[in-house]
Amino acid sequence: MTDLINLTLSDAVDGLKAKQFSSKEITQAFLTEIDRSNPHLNAYVVVTADKALAMAEAADKKLATGKSVGKLEGAPLGIKDLFCTEGVRTTACSNILGEFTPPYESTVTQNLWNEGAVMLGKLNMDEFAMGSSNETSRFGPPSNPWRRKGSNAALTAGGSSGGSATAVASDLCLAATASDTGGSIRQPAAFVGVTGIKPTYGRASRYGMVAFASSLDQAGPLAKTVKDAALMLEVMCSADDRDSTSLHLPVPQWTKSIGKSVKGMKIGVPKEYRVAGMPDEIEKLWSQGIAWLKAAGATIVDVSLPHTKYALPAYYIVAPAEASSNLARYDGMRYGARVSGGGSLTDTYEQTRATGFGAEVQRRLLIGTYVLSAGYYDAYYLRAQKVRTRILQDFEAAFEKVDALLTPTTPSAAFAYGEKSGDPVEMYLNDIFTVTANLAGLPAISVPAAVDSQGLPLGLQVIGKALDEEACFKVGAAIEDAAGFNARPERWW
Amino acid sequence: MSVDKNTVRKVARLARIAVAEDRLDSMAGELNGILSWIEQLNEVDVEGVEAMTTPVAMSLPMRKDVVTDGGIRDKVLANAPKTEDGFFVVPKVVE
Repeated sequence: MTDLINLTLSDAVDGLKAKQFSSKEITQAFLTEIDRSNPHLNAYVVVTADKALAMAEAADKKLATGKSVGKLEGAPLGIKDLFCTEGVRTTACSNILGEFTPPYESTVTQNLWNEGAVMLGKLNMDEFAMGSSNETSRFGPPSNPWRRKGSNAALTAGGSSGGSATAVASDLCLAATASDTGGSIRQPAAFVGVTGIKPTYGRASRYGMVAFASSLDQAGPLAKTVKDAALMLEVMCSADDRDSTSLHLPVPQWTKSIGKSVKGMKIGVPKEYRVAGMPDEIEKLWSQGIAWLKAAGATIVDVSLPHTKYALPAYYIVAPAEASSNLARYDGMRYGARVSGGGSLTDTYEQTRATGFGAEVQRRLLIGTYVLSAGYYDAYYLRAQKVRTRILQDFEAAFEKVDALLTPTTPSAAFAYGEKSGDPVEMYLNDIFTVTANLAGLPAISVPAAVDSQGLPLGLQVIGKALDEEACFKVGAAIEDAAGFNARPERWW
Repeated sequence: MSVDKNTVRKVARLARIAVAEDRLDSMAGELNGILSWIEQLNEVDVEGVEAMTTPVAMSLPMRKDVVTDGGIRDKVLANAPKTEDGFFVVPKVVE
């Protein structure tokens, strides 16, 4: 039975349709594995066993009759704790949400259930998705299933979608939902050796997603293969009247891009991503990626994105500013945990928020409030939004010459807990290669490509033009093919 | 532009986050660390550049001006820390 959990999502969906096994069987196999492994890995913060089995039973009925069988019928998935799930506690791993149990469903998860998927539970994340190591979760961080050769040190699975990454990499679900504001899908994907994609801004509805920075937040999947990621994304995306920034465009059949040749494609290599102090192994991986794509028939073109170095500082104005507005709603009045201040209403607000928000969230809210405060708006927020335009213009100029860009996903492999939590800025630098795609709203995929000398996975990133996820999937699949990445973490848990 | 203790106190008040008096200094230090790193944006020439509002140009969708939701009082109240007779109960707002 245990081999069912090792299947890819695409194979599992095919197996279910061919009645090789039932949804109840594969769902039970995952629940058993979660029972055994989650105490060590801490990927799930809620396990919805009863709901999963009920959903599996409903899927099995449909599969038996063969009528209205969904694209994901009977496939068990994990859901990042950022997506509101009706009747299932959703806290974005923050204390301030208390035992919040949404009376409604997010559009992204509803799309998955409409296609027959089964929910196994809610996955760990950084509090409000603010972090790159999952250390800011109220439930403590998950453990990366990978460890350095000959070391027992617990490594981060990245952040903010660390729980989703851990669950996919250790076979605790077939695939998972995640979200990406500055790299929160792609960095964890690279750290655990799985695939993750952030679509073009507006492809996936933000309705029912706990908001962090509204102009940057996008949902996307973490999955075992590029094809699985395409299948997940196809179902997750939709035009949605409940999100005014949702793109009212048809969702392409991305699974059909897999396997299409990259012959004749022009792939840009941005010189500014060769940052000072980048480890040789990352440099080597990048050169290897270039060689693979050349061998597959693509042409490599050197390009320049001159404003790259300003992306992170701009992000650390825009994201905290938007967060400080979005998180103003957590006042302890209508939902969440209220902490009485004893005195005035303002005291209650202040105590509720001081108690409910963790240190990193408070830090960002203070930064955000400061940069938006009277007299500073032009110098900070407005300037940052103008720098953002410059970054977008860089990309537009590059995309006149090339079809997609190839970069490393992260400047290093997974690090150990505590290694980078001392200095906020050092932690922020993790997102140096990923954050530009958020600021410009572009689609970007991370594909596992190699292991480093310590035995840890490393990822390559492909950034596409706006609305051209297909290029990400095509080039991503070409890298996947060439890399033949089949390393698995050695089981220690 | 560096922040001092008094600025942190003021910003914390604006953000409605209680910060203990003895933490103001260390917080000012942390914020200054981040703000001084952000200062490099001043090097960028943004003369005549429009602020970015949306990454993909599109017009806002229109819909009919009709009620699309509502009549779910109990759902709205379901997660409240304190309710009474179909209302939220909050600390005294008007003295």
